[in-house]
Amino acid sequence: MPILIGITVLTFLLMHLSPSDPAERLLTSQGIPVSSDVLEEVRKEMGLDKPFLTQYGNWMIKIIKGDMGISYMTGRPVYDELASHMPYTVALAVISMILTLVLAMPLGVLSAVRENKLTDYFIRFLSFIGMSMPGFLTALILIYFVSLKMNLLPVLSQPGIKGILLPSITLAAAMTGKYVRQIRAVVLEEMQKEYVKGARARGIKESRILYFNVLKNSMLSIITLIGLSLGSMLGGTAIVETVFVWPGLGKLVIDAIGYRDYPLIQGYVIWMAVLFVVLNLLTDLIYRLIDPRIRLNKEVA
Amino acid sequence: MKTFFDNPARIRFVVFFALCIILCIFSLIAPMLVPNDPGKADLANALIPPSQDYPFGTDQLGRCLYSRVMTGAATSIFSAFILVGVIFTIGTFIGVLSGYYGGKIDTFFMRIVDVLLAFPGMVLAIAVAGMLGSGIVNAVIAIALISWTKYARLSRSLVLSIKEENFIHAARLGGASSLKIVARHVIPNSIGPLVVAASLDIGAMMMQLAGLSFLGLGAVPPAPEWGLMLNEGRSMLQNAPWLLIYPGSAMFMTVAIFNLFGDSVRDILDPKFQKSIIKTTGGIKNA
Repeated sequence: MPILIGITVLTFLLMHLSPSDPAERLLTSQGIPVSSDVLEEVRKEMGLDKPFLTQYGNWMIKIIKGDMGISYMTGRPVYDELASHMPYTVALAVISMILTLVLAMPLGVLSAVRENKLTDYFIRFLSFIGMSMPGFLTALILIYFVSLKMNLLPVLSQPGIKGILLPSITLAAAMTGKYVRQIRAVVLEEMQKEYVKGARARGIKESRILYFNVLKNSMLSIITLIGLSLGSMLGGTAIVETVFVWPGLGKLVIDAIGYRDYPLIQGYVIWMAVLFVVLNLLTDLIYRLIDPRIRLNKEVA
Repeated sequence: MKTFFDNPARIRFVVFFALCIILCIFSLIAPMLVPNDPGKADLANALIPPSQDYPFGTDQLGRCLYSRVMTGAATSIFSAFILVGVIFTIGTFIGVLSGYYGGKIDTFFMRIVDVLLAFPGMVLAIAVAGMLGSGIVNAVIAIALISWTKYARLSRSLVLSIKEENFIHAARLGGASSLKIVARHVIPNSIGPLVVAASLDIGAMMMQLAGLSFLGLGAVPPAPEWGLMLNEGRSMLQNAPWLLIYPGSAMFMTVAIFNLFGDSVRDILDPKFQKSIIKTTGGIKNA
């Protein structure tokens, strides 16, 4: 909750400090000629002549009621605009996360089990490439080979499974690199622990130790990782969505920036903050499911 | 006999450090070596495939891609340096201040850090860059505004752990002023992990800057910046793949070299570092 308040103050401050005048911007977008009389009147109407804190208070009350203003770009309420693009971003995030885990879990564990062998080096090499590749570059390479050379998938996304495939692979590629490294480190650390030695000494099969003990105990660190990387993933969606013209929130905000559509940019930041807090809350809930020793009392937002 | 080079991590560090230096020097002298003027448009020669005159081909305005890629190196490398330098200095300053003095200063800065750290950085960077308008300086400001927090959190925790050591108490009993204690004892003893974090950050910052440029929020045309060049070449992908290949591989190689350098710095300074950074930035849970 303090985070949400902080974010709203921050975005409001940003808009307050931005060089252009919202009243002037609104008038030009409606095609009304700007004169100082009209400008003064609109300023008063919009409450722009009041002190900063009053303005913030009024704005906050509106936000809580779900009124984020009207988008300059489309003339529709910002709230509706964001709500209609939201599912695309959530779908993209969820699918890339699943893809990342499906790829990174086996690779990371394999890399740890085969530490310092050829397989390990190969996987680490791949993950390094994934980490050093900017998202937009991966996206362009994928478009070039998959869409243009092999004609497998459309260049521009269309809603649906075909359209979401390339954007989520792009997002997953970068994250898989990071995850493989971390999962490898976590599993290696776990394997050093006394109980693994004990289990080995008692003659329990290596694969059984791996699946039933090591993996189970590594889960907590892996979920922490997911929680930590959600943020960078949500940020990364903007680039990927723009490249693939995927109609999510990121694409929307980039267009909005082109139009200097401040209400929409503000709305975007606030929605992202809410989305992020909700996702983090889910991570915390999963923690509790996995490890009942963790109590929620300290971590509820 | 034990020498400096017995440790393979040190060899790696020397190699990658040398590579980085070479890359920097090269990026500085490259503008003098290029065959054509990187800014000169020549529509008659637009979209020529790589050839004798134009080693990397030309772009949609007939500018020599080779010259542009080479001159663009300095922009990417040095804006990333400046960015990391700025966030390192500001973040460490605030972190040391909060850690050393504690109390209200600490609470104030750490609340800000909590908010910024718990929030998708790129989202804010995009919003800030969008409000400031494009330009590479604005992109640096936008990213700096949101990324100093990592250093603040890290240096604060380092200072907190050092503050109660005996030698600090001894220095204080010896009559040293706070400023002297911080400058002579606290900072030198906590700089290691911070330097590691900074060197690991260079590649990542380069990618973020290029990302903003790619979105049209960083460098402004006709500047030869890799992210921007990739964006400009995006629509010509089918007919002119060289517009993707050369700036793309230049970008990838530069980031890769700096990432390897960062890894090697971590390996020699602090092998356990990766774990500690997860712990120090792990406060995101209590959203």
